[in-house]
Amino acid sequence: MTEIIVVTSGKGGVGKTTTSASLACGLARTGKKVAVIDFDIGLRNLDLIMGCERRVVYDFVNVINGDCTLKQALIKDKRIDTLFLLAASQTRDKDALTAEGVRKVLDELIADGFDFILCDSPAGIEKGAYLAMYYADRAVVVVNPEVSSVRDSDRILGLLASKTERAEKGVEKVREHLLLTRYSPTRVAAGEMLSIADVKDILGLDVIGVIPESPQVLSASNAGTPVIMMDESDAAAAYGDAVARLLGDESLPMRFIDEPKKGFFARVFGG
Amino acid sequence: MGLLDFFRTTSPSANLAKERLRIIVQQERGSRGAPDYLPTLRRELLEVIRKYVNVDSEAVQVNYEREEGQEVLELSVALPVKAR
Repeated sequence: MTEIIVVTSGKGGVGKTTTSASLACGLARTGKKVAVIDFDIGLRNLDLIMGCERRVVYDFVNVINGDCTLKQALIKDKRIDTLFLLAASQTRDKDALTAEGVRKVLDELIADGFDFILCDSPAGIEKGAYLAMYYADRAVVVVNPEVSSVRDSDRILGLLASKTERAEKGVEKVREHLLLTRYSPTRVAAGEMLSIADVKDILGLDVIGVIPESPQVLSASNAGTPVIMMDESDAAAAYGDAVARLLGDESLPMRFIDEPKKGFFARVFGG
Repeated sequence: MGLLDFFRTTSPSANLAKERLRIIVQQERGSRGAPDYLPTLRRELLEVIRKYVNVDSEAVQVNYEREEGQEVLELSVALPVKAR
């Protein structure tokens, strides 16, 4: 059984691509066969985050148009044997992506025995975002603890409930999960940032992962290494936990969500 | 909480964010699934009404609700208070 997971958010810059790369890596590390597809036509970036930008020869739209085979377009990851990337096209043609074309590629991946297909959605609610979620079985909604991101996530949840194949066919609905990124326990403790409970409460969904704000995220993208591969980083461990929860370990407690313990001087004089 | 915190004046803003979000999200969920023509309908109604009465641009409210398979379109027009 292949599971199609869309990584989406509505708002841009919240960490969709970072999350797609890390979840794909994390799932593939467990031996699962994973394909991750960049749906951001015209603004290809997943290849950079995954460090294989120089190996892109053919892309998603080339496969849809029959310019090449799927096998030719899939880029095999150099770190993990079971991980493959399908890059977005850099075309400016908005209609390059079609529902039938996407279906064709997904069907071929399913026939190829992939366990997971991750669809990295572009920001916004235009065609690319719509097609990224259309065939999904599950959705990971990436949200920052910040007002505009939370509001946009709710909008995306509305679309997941109405504009997907599952919604249109009236079959079992898309399983939705929240993944919080850029979370700062210190700022939450100071009452300056929405807490996990606040976001959960407003959006009415369970949280599958909380990624702490971390300088390692930028270092990882600088290096073209998915952050989950950065050993000894809190963000990597948090993504690892999110992967375990995606695979069914729902009882795993959240880490890195409490304020770091302060030393004596910090406690007396403030942080 | 350290000593220096007593001298800080900024008030925690997360609660404000939560309250604002709660209201806007609830409001937007209410209009979810409403027909796309509502804004145009509202604008055109306003134009027609303004031929007869000089109402405020906020005077025409169009609400859409769906309950138990029934769709209800609710229109309300607030007429201006007559000057005496």
